[in-house]
Amino acid sequence: MSELIRKTAVELAQLIASGEVSSEEVTRVHLERIREVDGDVHAFLYVDDSNALEAARQVDKNIQAGNLQSPLAGVPLALKDVLTMKDVPTTCGSKILEGWKPQYDSTVVTHLRNAGVIILGKTNMDEFAMGSSTEYSAYGPTRNPWDLTRIPGGSGGGSAASLAAFEAPLAIGTDTGGSIRQPAAVTGTVGVKPTYGGVSRYGLVALASSLDQAGPCTRSVMDAALLHQLIAGYDPMDSTSINSPVPDVVAAAKNQSIKGMKIGLVKQLGGEGYQAGVRERFDEVVALLGSLGAEVIEISCPSFEYALAAYYLILPSECSSNLAKFDGMRYGLRVGDDGKHSVEEVMSLSRAAGFGPEVKRRIMLGTFALSSGYYDAYYGSAQKVRTLIAKDFTDAFSHVDVLISPTAPTTAFKIGDKVDDPLAMYLNDVATIPVNLAGNCAMSIPIGLAKEDNLPVGLQIMAPVMADDRLYFLGAVIEAALEAQWGHRFIEKVPS
Amino acid sequence: MAELSREQVAHLAKLARLALTDAELDHYAQQLGVILDSVAKVTEVAASDIKPTSHAIEMTNVFRTDEVRPSFTSDVTSQNAPEWEDERFRVPRILDEE
Repeated sequence: MSELIRKTAVELAQLIASGEVSSEEVTRVHLERIREVDGDVHAFLYVDDSNALEAARQVDKNIQAGNLQSPLAGVPLALKDVLTMKDVPTTCGSKILEGWKPQYDSTVVTHLRNAGVIILGKTNMDEFAMGSSTEYSAYGPTRNPWDLTRIPGGSGGGSAASLAAFEAPLAIGTDTGGSIRQPAAVTGTVGVKPTYGGVSRYGLVALASSLDQAGPCTRSVMDAALLHQLIAGYDPMDSTSINSPVPDVVAAAKNQSIKGMKIGLVKQLGGEGYQAGVRERFDEVVALLGSLGAEVIEISCPSFEYALAAYYLILPSECSSNLAKFDGMRYGLRVGDDGKHSVEEVMSLSRAAGFGPEVKRRIMLGTFALSSGYYDAYYGSAQKVRTLIAKDFTDAFSHVDVLISPTAPTTAFKIGDKVDDPLAMYLNDVATIPVNLAGNCAMSIPIGLAKEDNLPVGLQIMAPVMADDRLYFLGAVIEAALEAQWGHRFIEKVPS
Repeated sequence: MAELSREQVAHLAKLARLALTDAELDHYAQQLGVILDSVAKVTEVAASDIKPTSHAIEMTNVFRTDEVRPSFTSDVTSQNAPEWEDERFRVPRILDEE
């Protein structure tokens, strides 16, 4: 195994920029690693070998000619299969899009290409990003590199697992209710959901348009900051894109002191329902923050108790509308077109054959919540809860700079444990969902292993809208303090 | 509050254009009922004087200039078409015969 695959993106970029190693070599060793371990991990749905190597050779030429100065130039990346990349298959983990090749790049991919980042391939995910375990992928589950019998989180389990398996040093995820942060927590990696509107959604296949946000997945806080800065920014192709400067997340990730920082512990996120080993690691970090000079106080966000319920009305409602476009007419799977079936029948047969059980469940849930007679009680009430949750955040941030909580209530569970119990599966998102509903930003960072199962535990940092830099300001200090205690990077503990 | 019958689920499936089997209808009737019971708790706090939020970060009237820009040609558009004929998407019968 090449030592190159264990390096951070920052280290690789420096080696490539100085000419010590080529991007082609770095890309080649990662492709080899994918060939070696992905049969077990199944992080990738598609590996783009020849295009990745060709792009790497081009980046090497541009660097030699002095035409490319980007902090991540030449570094490979794994892309969640929900973002379009021209002429490369994009399935969203669904049979309904099998073989679909988009005709355009998403804005995120355009930014990556312009910065000389090498896209290795597309990563596995729960079908249309609906799930918390990657078990709802139509192409089979991804396995957690810490324990191959366990889930890597979801929906972006492929992106997170690719990092923990050293198949890629960088990945892109998308987060609608925790799909970047919960996989980061259970794979011992770093994941950030930027402020809604901070990263363009153009070319991101929509699950719930008012909640979806793409963001960085990495093995270190600084790598996340560099990737965040690269993909963020105003895009006229996304009408919800925020037209103001991106907070300086890279400068924030260089922070070394949190003296005087005010940190709120969310009373409603923790305690009952959270695994003992998760709580233990979390409590240790809370003590650590105090010893580093931060002021830690408990904050009550009473409406968070209703966040999960509101989310599982708003999300299905939006997704039932967004997924109506998959009707087998202009692209995607078409079934039953034999001259005897009507167009409506062909649509119904195609959708029944192309969508998996969780997608069907949520489409019908949303159809119900939006139907006449139920709209006000269900969807209307959920939208009001959304207002209350945003108000809880506003009130909290008038007292503290950031909020913290465990990212997920448990460590990685066994594959198969929750796949037929939707409510148990939905509970994984209980701590991550409030941020999506309110549109602000959050990060998950690894804080150690739970005692009872030796599996990674994540801590969530939440900051106000367009204050993404605060995530990095605190995240960098926690990461440095813990690494000093451990004497190594967290990810080095992953079994090889 | 939300016990769903097989007929109700069949109606939802029809609205959502999902051709489901009887076994699936029964399975979803049970599961959707459980989920709806759980999410119905939103009604406990949704008082009439609270303004609903559809987008957390509100923006209104996001316009772009109205100008002609290049778009995909039909040879690009047709690449992913399930059926393509005479420069058009071929679709199943839309109107009844009578």
